[in-house]
Amino acid sequence: MLRYTVNRILLMIPTLLGVAVLIFFMLRVVPGDIVEVKLRGDGGSVTQETIEAERKRLGLDKPWHEQFVGWMVGVATLDLGISMWTERPVVEEMALRLELSLEVAILATIFAVLIAVPLGTLAALFRDTWIDYLMRIMTIGGISIPSFWFGMIIMLSLLALFNWLPPITFTSIYEDPIANLTQLIWPALAVGYRYCAVAARMIRSSLLEVLNEDYIRTARAKGVFERLVISRHALRNALLPAITVIGLEFTFLIGGLVVTEQVFNLNGIGQLFVQSVARNDFTLIQGMVMLIAGFYVLVNLGIDLLYAVFDPRIRYE
Amino acid sequence: MTIAAPAEAAPRVPNAAMEFARRQPLGAISFVIICVMMTAGIFCEWVAPYDPLAIDFVQLLGAPSLEHWCGTDAYGRDICSRLIYGARTALVIGFTSSFVGSTLGAILGVASAYFGGRIDNWIQRVVDILLAFPIIVLALVVVAAFGRFAVAGIDVNLILAIAIPIVPRVARVVRAAALSVRVMPYVDAARAAGYSHTRIIFRHMAPNVVAPYLIMLTAFIAQAILAEASLSFLGLGVQEPTAAWGLMLSGNAADFYRQAPWMILFPGVAISLAVFAFNLFGDSLRDYLDPRFKV
Repeated sequence: MLRYTVNRILLMIPTLLGVAVLIFFMLRVVPGDIVEVKLRGDGGSVTQETIEAERKRLGLDKPWHEQFVGWMVGVATLDLGISMWTERPVVEEMALRLELSLEVAILATIFAVLIAVPLGTLAALFRDTWIDYLMRIMTIGGISIPSFWFGMIIMLSLLALFNWLPPITFTSIYEDPIANLTQLIWPALAVGYRYCAVAARMIRSSLLEVLNEDYIRTARAKGVFERLVISRHALRNALLPAITVIGLEFTFLIGGLVVTEQVFNLNGIGQLFVQSVARNDFTLIQGMVMLIAGFYVLVNLGIDLLYAVFDPRIRYE
Repeated sequence: MTIAAPAEAAPRVPNAAMEFARRQPLGAISFVIICVMMTAGIFCEWVAPYDPLAIDFVQLLGAPSLEHWCGTDAYGRDICSRLIYGARTALVIGFTSSFVGSTLGAILGVASAYFGGRIDNWIQRVVDILLAFPIIVLALVVVAAFGRFAVAGIDVNLILAIAIPIVPRVARVVRAAALSVRVMPYVDAARAAGYSHTRIIFRHMAPNVVAPYLIMLTAFIAQAILAEASLSFLGLGVQEPTAAWGLMLSGNAADFYRQAPWMILFPGVAISLAVFAFNLFGDSLRDYLDPRFKV
């Protein structure tokens, strides 16, 4: 198991390096940079000299291979540079927002799993009955309705029903859990709906597959209670593939958050990312991409290790 | 060609469209929705009751009425007309970006499977890396890298931004399908006959992965429409005053929660319905063309 774990951790390195190389060159294929946006954005006239001076200060005048070496060394030492817009370290900017986004993501996961597991199980057990159809309609909605619009609808309903809107200022959960939850539960709901739909569909289909296995028939034939057949024999095996989907979707929550944070006016990772793109803040974009990639490989590592724990065959390969 | 409601179970079904409607009633319904959207999008000028850009200061934030079915927005523009013109924007960008992305992805996938070995390895490495990012995140990175570049009023880079995230997703699936084609005797025969790589890839292998390609193409139109709406909502996609669904939800739309909820309601319904229809149609197409194939 140790050997397998070390192997898997080492495999993360080439992926992250690949991301670092790819993002660096992607951002530099087309000329044009932040200096123009920053200084000429408001339509004011600025001399070429000022622009050159600013470029020099930000290190954009160096030849690209020097910039590249600097960037790669930075990635290796976890120093992602300084934001070209706010002039604060990228890592600091991200750390400021991570708590909020991570909390929304975790709340969304809890919400999604709590609903998806029973829903998917019921839909599989009562296949082609009204329960199944209801679940299908709900999940199709989850995949089709954009999470940011769902968030707006949530706000609209809160306003119509209670004449109340969630607070805008962020309070840490350690300070005031209730104020924190009343703010963050709504965006979590908005991004969690899609998540829940995807997970429920996955659980339904993998449970249906498992229920066809021989060992289920054997268990039933020897007279095991149906409840135990489902919980011990079927669900346990069906949840394994579902874990992959739940894990991967967790990393993809950032996609929903990018847009949904805007709706709820949350100052999180998603909003930071949108701002960095709108301002052509290359160092911050690079940092954000590395953060998302790092998150992705870590979750994948978690999934793989979980698999190895549950399914010993994988360890010995 | 239009398909009406699910056809009656006839003893013999003469053509493929009717057969599809009979076997996949939900798919047929979604196809009808798509047709309605396409008609609205193509014939905007005739279908829309008003000019989508016409500003009317008498009718600011007008509630839905017989005159304006979906109400008017903060500039007094007719929302219903903007929705109809928005269908054009969504379909043009959705179709083209999904087409570009799926086609590039399919070519890459087939080539990867055909050449195998080191080339396959490298292509799959890059595909793996790109798959780490959700569509919207990758699209935003491309927007940041390429900026804006409009040709004839259509933002080419926006289409590219949505197409690029689709490439690795299609490449992965098509490669899997192409691997089984690769070992067919006729591919060996073609190589023995001395045909060029390009000819074998396009003439011998590509036609045999058309089914997964079509399925992915339809399914990704849904994703592309969603991505366009999200980008426009963020102010990084389609720009004012062009009518686009995502754009109608952005900016000051949220300031009018109280006075004008219809401004929020209708564009979202339009996006959801479009995404729903293409998702469902892609699903039904999959079940119809190849029941074993799972995206």
